[in-house]
Amino acid sequence: MTDLANQPVPAATTPVVRTPSKRRRVGGNPVTSILKHLALIAASVMMIYPLIWMIISSFRPTDTIFRNTGLNLSGLTTENYTFGWSALTYPFSHYLINSAIVVVGCIIGNLVSCSLAAYAFARLKFTGRPILFGIMLLTIMIPYHVVLVPQYILFQQFNWVNTFLPLIVPKMLATDSFFVFLMVQFIRGLPTELDEAARIDGCGHFSIFTRILLPLMVPALATTTIFTFIWMWNDFLSSLIYLTSPETYTVPLALRSFLDSSGQSNWGAMFAMSVVSLIPVFLAFLFGQRFLIRGIATTGIK
Amino acid sequence: MSALNELSRLRGGKQESTDNKAAYLFLLPWLIGLLLITIGPMIASLYLSFTDYSLLAPPEWIGIKNYVRMMSDERLLNSLRVTFTYVFVSTPLQLALALAIAVLLNRGMRGLAFYRSVFYLPSLMGSSVAIALLWRQIFGTDGLVNQILRGLGWANPPGWIADPSTALYTIVLLHVWTFGSPMIIFLAGLRQIPNMYYEAASVDGASKWTQFWHITMPLLSPIIFFNLVLQIIGAFQSFTQAFIVSGGQGGPSDSTMFYSLYLYQKGFAQLDMGYAAAMAWLLVLIVGALTAVNFILSKFWVFYDD
Repeated sequence: MTDLANQPVPAATTPVVRTPSKRRRVGGNPVTSILKHLALIAASVMMIYPLIWMIISSFRPTDTIFRNTGLNLSGLTTENYTFGWSALTYPFSHYLINSAIVVVGCIIGNLVSCSLAAYAFARLKFTGRPILFGIMLLTIMIPYHVVLVPQYILFQQFNWVNTFLPLIVPKMLATDSFFVFLMVQFIRGLPTELDEAARIDGCGHFSIFTRILLPLMVPALATTTIFTFIWMWNDFLSSLIYLTSPETYTVPLALRSFLDSSGQSNWGAMFAMSVVSLIPVFLAFLFGQRFLIRGIATTGIK
Repeated sequence: MSALNELSRLRGGKQESTDNKAAYLFLLPWLIGLLLITIGPMIASLYLSFTDYSLLAPPEWIGIKNYVRMMSDERLLNSLRVTFTYVFVSTPLQLALALAIAVLLNRGMRGLAFYRSVFYLPSLMGSSVAIALLWRQIFGTDGLVNQILRGLGWANPPGWIADPSTALYTIVLLHVWTFGSPMIIFLAGLRQIPNMYYEAASVDGASKWTQFWHITMPLLSPIIFFNLVLQIIGAFQSFTQAFIVSGGQGGPSDSTMFYSLYLYQKGFAQLDMGYAAAMAWLLVLIVGALTAVNFILSKFWVFYDD
């Protein structure tokens, strides 16, 4: 759906538990070790410096941003935030709420529709399964652009332009095949004995799915939630096409309009609101990393 | 015996038919999505690619005219050049860096969790408008990079984003900056390689370098291949960064006019939707062909254990 090139690809969280092999600490040569750490620290600083510089610059008066390449903390002010918050047609909270609605809708859509499809692919035998499974895998790779124009025409006929429906409804229909695949892989790693025991106890497919598998799938569901959150929070192309009136702007569109209106002259306000827009992503990272590491740990990597 | 057989056959048969009904119920949302949101629009866009359509009047069949026009559209050919350069410079650089750092971080070193987080964070933010705006400032004529360069004594550094010969590479750099996500996958893959291989090789006196090429690379090659395929497909669709960094115009002098940006301009700014649909199908053909080539080439370097 979105601009895949720079999307984080979630590490597959398969529940296969392997005994972690004993970590080998290469004590090795202390000089090599120090050099290695120095190189990694230098690389870390280069990676993170732009972010930290942006945060600090967002507290500087616009006319001094360009003169400060360092991180000195004198003369900081919050005026960029107060100005930026109300610089656009609506207060910035309006765009944050719009983005939140889109993101929550997409998360619910992905969780429900992808897990339903994944259960069928992973656990049920049915006519046409190999073909449909193959098609599902292929749709992961189809460029979004090929459906862009007709989808727009379709949603325009529904009068859905300038509503959030064109962004949310496709997720309700499991068009993010990537997550279907992720969940299929996850379910395949769960023991089938549980399903069989439940079936003998008289459970139907739906209760096996809701009562047995869904609770076990929490790590895969968490991965899906976090990545849907980040992808949709950052989504630009589909928002740009479907949301054309400022009332429906999501955060990325609001940020872009800083370029149109106040132009490049007000970097301070733009940086301040950019920082605001990145806070939820950062929180998702803090919160989501646990699942990431758990996923990595359960695949025997820790 | 025969009764039991029959019973089990009966049960098996019955179960299969119940499964069919249940399976298609579970698949219903996905099937509707597949038909309505994916396959239907794909066919529609194939049809539209043979028409002249601007949303205002019904599509008019013009045969292969859109495709013929594409062949002589200088801006389109340029956007292909730009996109190919972007894909084939940034993808190998990004993956090589991801692999190098993953190998460095492997083997339970101290501070692993810290480094992993620091390197991973940018890849979660790299596709955002906020970071693209930041890039626009950092590589602007009076941006952070040039302020630092002037401080170091370079009186007139190029205006990276304003200069057509460097603008594209600032976006390449932004892509490379997001190497964290393939790195995480490589790290996961590296941990699957049994330590005893390295131990045995050490005993035989193989150097780290030899070990990398003869153990790490072959065993990691399926994962590298998987990432290569997906990253190339993804990179062809890059949009946000070029749009924001160039202020939506693909400038200066079309040097950051990515294919997807041109497609957007044709379809949604100029409402030349038939042409945009034709461009979209050309993109599918290009990406499909490259993926096929990738699979063919993989026979020469990807090592499958089984």
